[in-house]
Amino acid sequence: MRSFTYTRANDVANAVDEVSAEKESKFIAGGTNLLDLMKIQVERPSHLVDITRLALDTIEETAEGGLRLGALVTNADTAYHEQVEKRYPLLSHAILAGATAQLRNMATDGGNLMQRTRCYYFYDTDTPCNKREPGSGCSAINGYNRDLAILGTSEHCIATHPSDMAVALAALEANVRVTGKAGERVIPFSEFHRLPGDTPHIDTNLKPDEIITAIDLPAKGFADHYTYLKLRDRASYAFALVSVAAALDLDGDTVKEARVALGGVAHKPWRIPEAEALLKGKPATRENFQKVAEAYVQGAKGYGHNDFKIELAKRAIVRALLQAKEMEAKL
Amino acid sequence: MKNKPEHENTETASLSSPPKETVTLHINGEAKQLEVEPWTSLLDLLRDHLNLTGTKKGCDHGQCGACTVLVDGKRINSCLTLAVMKDGTKITTIEGLAKDGELHPVQQAFIDHDAFQCGYCTPGQICSTIGLINEGKAKTLDDIRDLMSGNVCRCGAYTNIVKVVQEALERSQQR
Ligand SMILES: Cc1cc2nc3c(=O)[nH]c(=O)nc-3n(C[C@H](O)[C@H](O)[C@H](O)COP(=O)(O)OP(=O)(O)OC[C@H]3O[C@@H](n4cnc5c(N)ncnc54)[C@H](O)[C@@H]3O)c2cc1C
Ligand code: SF4
Ligand code: FES
Ligand code: FES
Repeated sequence: MRSFTYTRANDVANAVDEVSAEKESKFIAGGTNLLDLMKIQVERPSHLVDITRLALDTIEETAEGGLRLGALVTNADTAYHEQVEKRYPLLSHAILAGATAQLRNMATDGGNLMQRTRCYYFYDTDTPCNKREPGSGCSAINGYNRDLAILGTSEHCIATHPSDMAVALAALEANVRVTGKAGERVIPFSEFHRLPGDTPHIDTNLKPDEIITAIDLPAKGFADHYTYLKLRDRASYAFALVSVAAALDLDGDTVKEARVALGGVAHKPWRIPEAEALLKGKPATRENFQKVAEAYVQGAKGYGHNDFKIELAKRAIVRALLQAKEMEAKL
Repeated sequence: MKNKPEHENTETASLSSPPKETVTLHINGEAKQLEVEPWTSLLDLLRDHLNLTGTKKGCDHGQCGACTVLVDGKRINSCLTLAVMKDGTKITTIEGLAKDGELHPVQQAFIDHDAFQCGYCTPGQICSTIGLINEGKAKTLDDIRDLMSGNVCRCGAYTNIVKVVQEALERSQQR
């Protein structure tokens, strides 16, 4: 690991000042992604700002009837929080589908959104990678790309965002609260992560001097009809090949509102509100779910090893929506 | 996931080293004031500085669970934790589990059920089992398998490890 200086921030303003003071500085929270990458020199900060002592470690009600998840609440405490389990079970399930008990005890909600891609070439410092070293090329496009993206890719990068939690947050239309030198702002979840385009080294729209302070969940949690379906090479402790966060608001058999977000297929959690709207006012049937699935993979492009993901994503969407619908029958 | 060859790390040595940080850690019930370099992982601190070598290094990347210890009663991977960040916390390692010459019941159960072969993963498995019981979320055998999935056993002693966890869970529910 490259040597670095360390400081422990005592409040948000101090954290922002500290991280802006030096060019190659970074926040550290749970450390589960950053230290992993620092050990192999993919991340090489010269200064670390420890934010774990900031008072951003609570879950509170919002004035709008939702919940505010402090950026430093651990993934485990979020998933097992009584109100999250009751009102946003989709989020609990998505978090618990990721990583391991140990890692979830360490990983924070802010850090989870900021975790970097699992593209193997990104990790292998002996190979070109535009995300790691801008302008060096992308080894994955013509290399081994089974795990990589089929939607929203560019000729410069086909990486996926690996978070499970983020897929549920996309479906729930969460908001990300951030603070920087210029003050506070709120970023709608759909605008938080970005597509690679010709600047794949930038994962999110968070500015370098900004810190995530909280994630706000809107009042509507779709607790009656939801599913997080994660398809992977083994049943536990693996990243998603394709995952689906599906949520339905039903009036009898008629869909009032549907949400579908995909993980493992793009540089960000993938949502198409126009495709979700195809279900509005329609019966919740397999046929109608299939139409949504078709709309989601319109324009999808495989790169060889990952071609199977297109068909897998379609089937996963249909299965997830059917599971979300059938919940009542199970209770 | 290759590491850079040794010689490429020498830039570290040529820089003037940032100052060491002073931290107080309560390790197995004993308060210790220590000087650590900021990049020292909790795992390296335990093994290399304190000679508590019961905690094992498998992957050093959060993937195997051999380095599992309890921090304030919660199980974590000590390899992905900076020692300096844990200032003021209570850390329990495998060395701190036996009391008055008697093994912790989970330790004893690993022996009784023959739940290991080489034993390399065992300290992590034991700390993880205790963490799992503290968490109180495992109800079924499937829960146990899922919530112990962060502890890999290359010898494949899983069948008996699951038995130990199940028994420990039942014992904790009787209390
Ligand atoms: C073996 C293994 C398996 C895993 N499996 C899964 C999985 O199946 N699914 C899944 O979703 N994840 C998985 N993960 C990833 C894990 O969820 C993330 O590493 C974790 O959520 C990151 O959170 P952290 O607090 O540890 O972040 P850190 O490592 O501390 O930080 C990560 C990044 O976020 C930045 N950051 C942290 N907090 C803030 C903040 N408040 N504001 C701004 N920037 C911030 C840091 O500067 C850094 O760049 C796995 C990880 C490992 C090691
Ligand atoms: S897909 Fe992106 S992360 Fe992977 S090698 Fe190409 S540029 Fe790097
Ligand atoms: S050594 Fe820490 S998880 Fe493998
Ligand atoms: S007993 Fe050998 S690795 Fe588990």
